[in-house]
Amino acid sequence: MTTTAARRDERVVDVGIARRLLARPELGAIIGAVIIFVFFASQSEVFRAPAGIANWLDPASTLGIMAIAVALLMIGGEFDLSSGVMTGTVGLTIGLLSSHYGLNLWLAIFASLGLALGIGFLNGYVTTRTGLPSFIITLGTFLMLQGLNLGVTKALTNTVLIEGIGRTQGYPLAQQLFASTVSIAGAEFRITILWWIAVTVLATYVLLRTRQGNWIFAVGGDARSARNVGVPAAKTKIALFMTTSGSAWLVGTMVALRLTTVQANQGIGDELIYIVAAVIGGCLLTGGFGSAVGASLGALIFGMTSQGIVYVGWDSDWFKFFLGAMLLLAVLANHGVRHYAEQGRK
Amino acid sequence: MLTTKTLFAMFAMVQLSLVGCSKESSPAGGSGAASTGPSATGATGTTAESTPAKAAKNLTFALVSHANAGDKFWDVVKNGEEQAGKDLGVKVTYQGSGDPQKQAQLIDVAVSQKVDGLIVSMANPEALRPSIQKAVQAGIPVITINSGAEKSADLGAMTHVGQTEKVAGEAAGSRLAKKGLKHVLCVIHEAGNVGLEERCAGAKSKLEGGKVVNLQVSVSDLASATSTIAAKLQSDPSIDGALTLNNAVAGAAVNAIAQANRPTVTLATFDVDATILQNISAGKIFFAIDQQPYLQGYLPVTFLNLYRTNGTTVGGGQPVLTGPGFIDKANAELVQKYIQQGAR
Repeated sequence: MTTTAARRDERVVDVGIARRLLARPELGAIIGAVIIFVFFASQSEVFRAPAGIANWLDPASTLGIMAIAVALLMIGGEFDLSSGVMTGTVGLTIGLLSSHYGLNLWLAIFASLGLALGIGFLNGYVTTRTGLPSFIITLGTFLMLQGLNLGVTKALTNTVLIEGIGRTQGYPLAQQLFASTVSIAGAEFRITILWWIAVTVLATYVLLRTRQGNWIFAVGGDARSARNVGVPAAKTKIALFMTTSGSAWLVGTMVALRLTTVQANQGIGDELIYIVAAVIGGCLLTGGFGSAVGASLGALIFGMTSQGIVYVGWDSDWFKFFLGAMLLLAVLANHGVRHYAEQGRK
Repeated sequence: MLTTKTLFAMFAMVQLSLVGCSKESSPAGGSGAASTGPSATGATGTTAESTPAKAAKNLTFALVSHANAGDKFWDVVKNGEEQAGKDLGVKVTYQGSGDPQKQAQLIDVAVSQKVDGLIVSMANPEALRPSIQKAVQAGIPVITINSGAEKSADLGAMTHVGQTEKVAGEAAGSRLAKKGLKHVLCVIHEAGNVGLEERCAGAKSKLEGGKVVNLQVSVSDLASATSTIAAKLQSDPSIDGALTLNNAVAGAAVNAIAQANRPTVTLATFDVDATILQNISAGKIFFAIDQQPYLQGYLPVTFLNLYRTNGTTVGGGQPVLTGPGFIDKANAELVQKYIQQGAR
């Protein structure tokens, strides 16, 4: 806009389109993703070939679904440390019911959905009722689930690995839906990528176009004020915890059907990766700010980096160092961009 | 722009650290750019006109293990693999992840890079089935190592190099039974590791007239592992033996026995390192079972190289066993030397 408006209100500062773009939470993540992609693509031919792209979209997709749910929860001002181990709980439940006890796989899948939503509800209920930090509450859930995953599995099957999900009734259709691959340009792309895109679109719509989306921002920004203006804060938070555990159900099902086996230690430690992906995507640890697209981009950065390091052939002893450095880089880029954007608004 | 500067600085740092740490003999420059796999030789091995020696120059073999980085045992495997790569003039890579899905994804990466041979440890064979079959279909020879012997041929692998967990567990159990032990703790240090459960089950089956009870600790938190074992020893005076399944945990068990003041408890372990040897010499550990991880890295590279340059296969459909070997007071001295070189 040129400043030709003759009688403009002097209190309105003209913010250029570029600055407005910069204020979006996901912009830093976009820049980070482009830089990371260009870097690895220039270093490795396979990385940019269809087979390579399929390979790094694979870990990004399941991580992305979880990162989006975790991002929504973080915008709402809460954490869920039990989200990683919950994917294992879901997988083990499916395995136990279908392969060990011979139930139809679909029944097992829906039973585990009920269980996951139940755990999510408990997380949310205890957090909102007690007012304790969800960090502590869900850490307790995390440890309990870790113990349950091992203890129950061992007690019922005498092993720590449930096999044979691929031989259960109803597997072919479920496998098509949750764990198949789609052939594009000679490479096998996983169906989970489609799910990931769908979840991104849905979450973005909810956040930016619905009343519930406003509630999420409101309870994360300032829960008390939100309550005072009539936002159902407790219900919103409980729904967010259930969204996270529901996503853990989706991802846990995908992993269980893909591997057809579930180990009792599955998913432990992944919860931090979800949070990292959400933060790269512009979520603030303090709540009230972030985006679903950003979390998806964070997951994309993580996927590209973790597979890219392998493609360029760096020594695996240093893998975690490079991964950490790249992630820090992405967060720094993000931070710098936001800082620049905020200066423009003063 | 502050950010651009930071970006460049960070990249420069990463690049610099690469120059210092690339241990491979490959001519990877400071940029860390590895050639993206050799020119694909296809499923039939090397082309007729290239001499074996020349072919060997461009061969790349990838090892994908089920262990997270920093594991003592797997570091020795990696050393074996890298030494074989140096000795034979082939390029070798090592990757690993304890999460079966991530391990499958790492195998997919190796396949998409069209490596000339693949070495995989299978703690969870079914989970890796699609990825390994993809490799076999792409004409990449696969050798399985360490665990998953019984599924190796079924998945289309050339051969398996390792020790079978059950056999090793039985060997430990027999030896403990001979000593007349009645109540042995079997210390499992990774929740959900199937191979460890098999070792305990093997020991259990051979300890006739006695019982084996599993105890769960975490290998990544040795301090709490020590106190868990000590607490167990204090709480039950009938325990007269302990079997640990990893060298680090064995160290924790030695401390726990001292802490609990139960010097009569007989301790045996899987895997060896310098500390274990000292403890064997000092009589604190009865014996260690060595499955010689160095061989599990070195031999597969040799076998794959022979297959690629000579068309020969090893094992005749049976696994190539690298263990169990016993190390006790009699031979601890001999092993000591190699441990210091990271080769045992």
